[in-house]
Amino acid sequence: MAPAASYLPAGLPAPVPEPDGLDAPYWAGTRRGELLVQRCERCRAWQWGPEWICHACLSPEVGWTRVDGRGIIYTWERAWHPVHPALREHGPYIVVLVELAHAGGIRMLGNLLGDPRQVVTIGAPVEAVFEPHDDAKVPFTLVQWKVI
Amino acid sequence: MKARTLRGRVAIAGVGETAYYKHGRAPVSEFQLALQAILAACADAGLDPRAIDGFASYSNDRNDPSRIAAALGLPELRFSNMQWGGGGGGGSAAVANAAAAVAGGLADCVVVFRALAQGQFQRFGAAPPVATVSGEQAMTFPYGLISPAQRFAMRVMRYLHEHDIRPEAQRAIALASYHHAQANPRAVMHGRPLTAEAYDASRWIVEPFRLYDCCMENDGAAALIVVSAERARDLRPRPAYLLGAAQGSEHRNAARAHNAPLYATSSFTTVAPHLYAMAGVGPGDVDVVQSYENFTGGVLMSLVEHGFFTAKEANDVLVVDNLLAPKGRLPLNTSGGNLAECYMHGLELVIEAARQIRGESTSQVEDAEVSMVISGPMVTPVSSLILGSAATV
Repeated sequence: MAPAASYLPAGLPAPVPEPDGLDAPYWAGTRRGELLVQRCERCRAWQWGPEWICHACLSPEVGWTRVDGRGIIYTWERAWHPVHPALREHGPYIVVLVELAHAGGIRMLGNLLGDPRQVVTIGAPVEAVFEPHDDAKVPFTLVQWKVI
Repeated sequence: MKARTLRGRVAIAGVGETAYYKHGRAPVSEFQLALQAILAACADAGLDPRAIDGFASYSNDRNDPSRIAAALGLPELRFSNMQWGGGGGGGSAAVANAAAAVAGGLADCVVVFRALAQGQFQRFGAAPPVATVSGEQAMTFPYGLISPAQRFAMRVMRYLHEHDIRPEAQRAIALASYHHAQANPRAVMHGRPLTAEAYDASRWIVEPFRLYDCCMENDGAAALIVVSAERARDLRPRPAYLLGAAQGSEHRNAARAHNAPLYATSSFTTVAPHLYAMAGVGPGDVDVVQSYENFTGGVLMSLVEHGFFTAKEANDVLVVDNLLAPKGRLPLNTSGGNLAECYMHGLELVIEAARQIRGESTSQVEDAEVSMVISGPMVTPVSSLILGSAATV
């Protein structure tokens, strides 16, 4: 059987960039297979999620920087109870929060690919996997993670 | 400048609630529930409802104070206040806001209320029916990270990991709430005791939360009356005086997409010291605690952050016997709370804290003089308060 095109079944709410454009570079980057996060052009502080000014020096010159999609599992959860109709017959799935030490310790969310019943270890190294949803009304790409 | 404190200046003079229902079972509208609770609180205080001149609530309560004032035929409305933030984080803050209004001369008699009929509106625990999401939700919903339980499970998972806390600690919190609910005829779970075996056999909602680690969803309303200390003495034989209150959260607690610098927190590490400083008491002086259970792990973290024990002591302290009225070391959630009395967004916890001071709890702690409420762990802003008897002011 070919692997499913996406980790979770179709029908969950689809992400769209914020109307004010704040996170548009992130979503555009994922379409190209690039992981972009904010880094202040004045004080070099890392920032995630995106905001209009730098939390460290308050500069509005918050640029976007491509980062290596590697990190460690900072924490995780395995969801069993389906809270959305699309998940009703699906069974458990894993969400991870991944810390990127090389990018100021920012953390990124995603699903942990593979067996949803696998043992998950905090501190385990993971790498990003881009999951395109080309058939969506507004095509988007999710960033997922797999243990390396 | 006079000392900036609310200590001893205002009191809760009356408390009231509707019957509590399973969600979707309220026979009347949410607005009717709000009116019923407010009138019950006035009756309890021995107060003419026309004396009310202000309202305070939280979590975007749908019942507009101006409509309530019109319905009650109030001569005038002087104070109308909504505490920002979701979940139950505003439960104690709404009382504090009412207290500040009374102490500051903005109003004389403020009702704090919360009404919830989730069956008539969107349930908290179900995904909203939307096709697209943006902003914070775009970072979470497509991964199935949607409900409050899912939003907070990773915080608790990290906390349990950092401090080697066993599942039995969360279980003890659930069992204590259910134990106390069996003595409380108002409780939705009255007559439905919970055993350790049933807890262990219950299904996962989202690891590390089992079914009984999660609050109920209910219909009902609760209200309480805040007046000056002097006026409260004329109204009730045993008013519950406000000793202290605080609200807020840590540095960048709301950094987006789970990027709070201090991640594994119930958001009280900066709030609790302000609470104790105003109240002039310490954790060892607190006789009984009502701690908001959205999820049991949040209670655990709240109790640590309020200084009742360290995270390293959690496995030893969080055993059922320690948490039970009347004689436990730290009687906890003595009405059954959000898990087993009613999920009235934690305002039922404030009412219970006042009842403990009045000696009217269904699980009364002997000689309760200092009574704490902790509201809404892990959200931001959170809040907490301490009530005291006449002997403490």
